[in-house]
Amino acid sequence: MAKTLREVAEKAQAVSLVTVTIDGREVRVPEGVTILEACRMEGIHVPTLCYLEGLSAWGGCRICMVEVEGQPNLVASCVTPVREGMKIWTSSKKVREARKTNLELLLSNHPLDCQLCDRNGSCELQELAYQFGVREIRFQGERKVYEVDQSSPSVKRDPNRCILCGRCVRTCREIQTVCAIDFANRGFDTVISPSLGLPLGESVCVNCGQCILACPTGALSEVSHVEMVWEAINDPEKFVILQTAPAIRVSIGEPFGLPPGTVTTGKMVAAFRRLGFDRVFDTNFAADLTIIEEGHEFIARLKQGGKLPLITSCSPGWIKFMEHFYPELMENVSTCKSPQQMFGAVAKTYYAQKLGIDPKDMVVVSIMPCTAKKFECQRDEMCASGFRDVDFSLTTREAARMLKEKGIDLKEMPEEDFDDPLGISTGAAAVFGATGGVMEAALRSVYEILTGKTLERLDFYSVRGMDGVKEATVDINGMEVHVAVAHGLGNARKVLDQVKAGRSKYHFIEIMACPGGCIGGGGQPIPTNLEIRMKRIEAIYQVDRSLPLRKSHENPAVQRLYEEFLGEPNGERAHHLLHTHYVPRERM
Amino acid sequence: MFYRAHVLVEMTSSSVALGAAQVKEQLEREIARAGLGNEVKVLETGSFGAALPSPFVVVYPDNVIYAPVSVRDVRRIVEEHLLKGRVVRELLFAGERGGGVATFIPPSPLKKEKRVVLRNSGLIDPLNIEEYIARDGYLALAKVLTEMTPEEVIEVVKRSGLQGRGGAGFPTGLKWEFTRKAEGEEKYIVCNADEGEPGTFKDRLILEGDPHSVLEAMAIAGYAVGANQGYIYVRAEYPQSIRHLEVAIAQAKERGLLGERILGTSFSFDVKIRRGAGAYVCGEETALLESIEGKRGEPRVKPPYPPQKGLWGKPTVINNVETLANIPPIILNGPDWFRSIGTPTCPGTKVFTLTGNVNNLGLVEVPMGITLRELVFEIGGGIRGGHGLKLVQTGGPSGGTMTPDLLDVPMAFDTLPRYNSALGSGALTVIDDTHCIVDIVKNFAEFFLHESCGKCTPCRVGGKRIVDILERISAGAGSPEDLEKLRYLGQHMKATAFCGLGQAAPNPLLRCLEFFREEFEVHVREKCCPQGVCTMRPKPQPKKTVRV
Ligand SMILES: Cc1cc2nc3c(=O)[nH]c(=O)nc-3n(C[C@H](O)[C@H](O)[C@H](O)COP(=O)(O)O)c2cc1C
Ligand code: SF4
Ligand code: SF4
Ligand code: SF4
Ligand code: SF4
Ligand code: FES
Ligand code: FES
Repeated sequence: MAKTLREVAEKAQAVSLVTVTIDGREVRVPEGVTILEACRMEGIHVPTLCYLEGLSAWGGCRICMVEVEGQPNLVASCVTPVREGMKIWTSSKKVREARKTNLELLLSNHPLDCQLCDRNGSCELQELAYQFGVREIRFQGERKVYEVDQSSPSVKRDPNRCILCGRCVRTCREIQTVCAIDFANRGFDTVISPSLGLPLGESVCVNCGQCILACPTGALSEVSHVEMVWEAINDPEKFVILQTAPAIRVSIGEPFGLPPGTVTTGKMVAAFRRLGFDRVFDTNFAADLTIIEEGHEFIARLKQGGKLPLITSCSPGWIKFMEHFYPELMENVSTCKSPQQMFGAVAKTYYAQKLGIDPKDMVVVSIMPCTAKKFECQRDEMCASGFRDVDFSLTTREAARMLKEKGIDLKEMPEEDFDDPLGISTGAAAVFGATGGVMEAALRSVYEILTGKTLERLDFYSVRGMDGVKEATVDINGMEVHVAVAHGLGNARKVLDQVKAGRSKYHFIEIMACPGGCIGGGGQPIPTNLEIRMKRIEAIYQVDRSLPLRKSHENPAVQRLYEEFLGEPNGERAHHLLHTHYVPRERM
Repeated sequence: MFYRAHVLVEMTSSSVALGAAQVKEQLEREIARAGLGNEVKVLETGSFGAALPSPFVVVYPDNVIYAPVSVRDVRRIVEEHLLKGRVVRELLFAGERGGGVATFIPPSPLKKEKRVVLRNSGLIDPLNIEEYIARDGYLALAKVLTEMTPEEVIEVVKRSGLQGRGGAGFPTGLKWEFTRKAEGEEKYIVCNADEGEPGTFKDRLILEGDPHSVLEAMAIAGYAVGANQGYIYVRAEYPQSIRHLEVAIAQAKERGLLGERILGTSFSFDVKIRRGAGAYVCGEETALLESIEGKRGEPRVKPPYPPQKGLWGKPTVINNVETLANIPPIILNGPDWFRSIGTPTCPGTKVFTLTGNVNNLGLVEVPMGITLRELVFEIGGGIRGGHGLKLVQTGGPSGGTMTPDLLDVPMAFDTLPRYNSALGSGALTVIDDTHCIVDIVKNFAEFFLHESCGKCTPCRVGGKRIVDILERISAGAGSPEDLEKLRYLGQHMKATAFCGLGQAAPNPLLRCLEFFREEFEVHVREKCCPQGVCTMRPKPQPKKTVRV
């Protein structure tokens, strides 16, 4: 099934080698790998469209064709295992013609208006057409014309740009186990469609946007808030506040040519300040706040025998998933709003009062790694001040595009600091951006609050990294607290099914909808793959290590917020502003 | 949207003059009125490779032809056939009125007929197991269970030289051996009764006339490879086959010939029926497995092949109905007896179904190695109406195109590929020389386009572009380069399509482009159709936006 390079490497150690000849060169490769993998090991990147690392190979696009001596037909390298003695040709006349023809056939049913397309510049179809030197399309004929599906608050579907590679379908099924979309119809009428032909907005889609990351073309993209944000910035009546999520500072350099894993916090702040926001604040402030609220919720449940395990609630894709597929676990889920929403609620109450601004004139914009945040900020419950907590939510990609439109090169920005007071945060908030981060941040605070002792070792390595499900046991005042961390909804299912069956020993579970956590969110720069995810995670911990304060309860701005405004953690006002509730949803 | 049935209305200049357009409109109205709008789709078709009275209507996949049809007849066809599944006999095309589609051709005076798989069909009551048993039924099963080891059974089947009758002609004994040797606790036997090839109905006849022979063979296969569960994947449009199978399974279980501890031995075997999903490609073995597993009927990546990883990932034998029906006689009479029939390299018999422009339409079982000349001119009684032969399509659209120069080639799995043809499932569609080659090839191409599952680029888009070009040619807008494009696309599809459907789809096109080159040339150079079939007028392309 899912085959990562790592698995291939493991295989290489465990399994015997076979000899194959690639383009006349004899090489030894592990038995059982595909021709595609064998070629990649030899440094030949056979072009692909429907193949995507981490998903099952499918073999539909027929771009990765190679010639195998003795075989009458060409073979698809992504689905064909190597055999001892195989003689493979990767760029013979037959191969080149076949690949180009299949590409031309795809293009013959394609709009060919890259200028009007969201993926202009990051499109694999466009790139291949360039590489193959396609200059005309020999096989013209009928072209399908479809309506664009704009029903979802998060994901826009333009079937006209779809090449039916199925990467979205396999992502949604194999990684997320949501199965919101599938192939429908047959032959030339084949389309990708939500089940029962419903619009995506009425389906079980949880808005995670992982399918957008998987899509090689502009067929899937986020629902854009860019125009609304420009309008707010250009409106002199509006006081426009920006918050940037923990995972943005380690990824937004990529669209500007910086290598994945570059920390760009200061430059990012400077860039957005120049874009015209009245204040540039940090979602990390609200992440610290979340830890205080959620930590106290956990402590209360632990002490008073409340519903356990407690499950985190910061990932809105996970929340909708729970509402559809695990409504019976609703009471296990923390009632805390996500940091994005807590930030908005605080900005439009506490901060608005401080400044003496009417919240109706305040616009809160977030930059998120996430497409589900667009859905979350539109949920009916999210109106603590009487106005939307958060008005608009941009993805990292949209934010980078706005900077480029204005002509701001992030690389060349000076380093600047976030504004006060909602820009102050700790290392605990920084790690929210990676899988395991919320758990690690919570443990740092819960431990100290419960024991009254100083935590010596702040790094909880066992909850870090890309393993699908991670667990740890922490001794707190002689009590063994069991925690688990899952990222990607398929992994979440494994843990949740245990909880449902009453077979779970956990007290506290962190779930993130996106593989790798928010650094791998559906709104992040494309490409986002395993290697890039790991680099961004590394950068997240670099941010954590570099900060003077690394525990949420030590955040002075958060402490002041409680003193001046909120009162007690989990108190009445906090409850009204910072907590929420959920609604069961249909499975179909 | 999946349609349960398609109703094809002949739309040619001559049929339109006889009211075809009104018939089509009336069909659409009545279908909507009956609430079948989402299940049945009305399509237009060109001439159908058969001399039928105009306008004719074909209900597909039932393959029932009504001809000629008037507006008055439409309501009965919809209410009786489409709504209730009852064929309206009086309206059938005269050539089919006798026993419906599945008619036997009267035994030829030359005694070419040899019945092995059809040994019981029409002779016994299929709903009464006693009659099957009275003709040595279940004796072969008893023999293998009490006297033979599984290895011996496989050895006998291997020595018989039996090759799969589902189209590919793979040696059955080898397939069983691979499955037996594959590692796994659980294994399965699957009978492929999807029979999607137009013009074929042999499997239906066997299932309806002699269901026990297939059940017995499945149990034998189960014993041989170590499987305890069988599935029969039956085309959903064969309700009669399903009913007969249900009765047969119940009766066999009652007598301890299926189920737990068969005949008091330690061997248990059960059979379940699965209804087909109604798409041609679901007959492809791995798409069929997907369909049984409840997924979209789309072919799987091969390797692994079903004997290694089949149903639910377990080693699986998939055999065609006709293949299986050969098994009990082989066990009882021995491999040498089987080898005495047919040719040395392709032993046994083959059931052929003759359709199209021959005098005797229907089905006949003859030894392998018979020539087309014998089949068409002796058994089939020659071309209807005294016309000449243009071509015979063997094994349905994906099989082979046999031109008149190949009339004396012996028909067998190993001989036809030498002529870029294939025996396939045994359908023989005879087409006379009043037909236009562009039109014939276009019909085949449209069939494949309609049946393409849509998974791979060369078949989904390439197949569509082939139809687009052929339409252009028959509308008088073709150019000489179009012929080269057709050849190129055909070869491209063959070389890069994912599954057998797309790989075989261009066969008729490629063969006809070669053999009927001149006729194509006339179409594109002189913009003229010698047979007067193509309209030679461009048809405007409707643009529409679809919501999905
Ligand atoms: C597109 C396509 C359709 C097929 N349809 C059928 C079918 O309807 N019935 C059948 O027995 N085999 C069909 N086959 C062949 C099967 O894949 C498979 O080879 C066969 O069932 C094996 O049985 P056999 O060895 O007994 O012939 C089809 C193959 C292809 C590529
Ligand atoms: S999907 Fe790619 S090729 Fe198609 S229009 Fe968009 S950028 Fe161009
Ligand atoms: S956004 Fe997530 S849940 Fe929705 S279709 Fe895409 S992958 Fe599936
Ligand atoms: S929407 Fe994108 S990922 Fe999905 S099938 Fe189409 S091109 Fe592939
Ligand atoms: S060749 Fe045609 S039927 Fe076969 S997988 Fe490709 S699209 Fe589907
Ligand atoms: S990448 Fe191999 S077939 Fe698509
Ligand atoms: S919750 Fe989607 S990226 Fe963090």
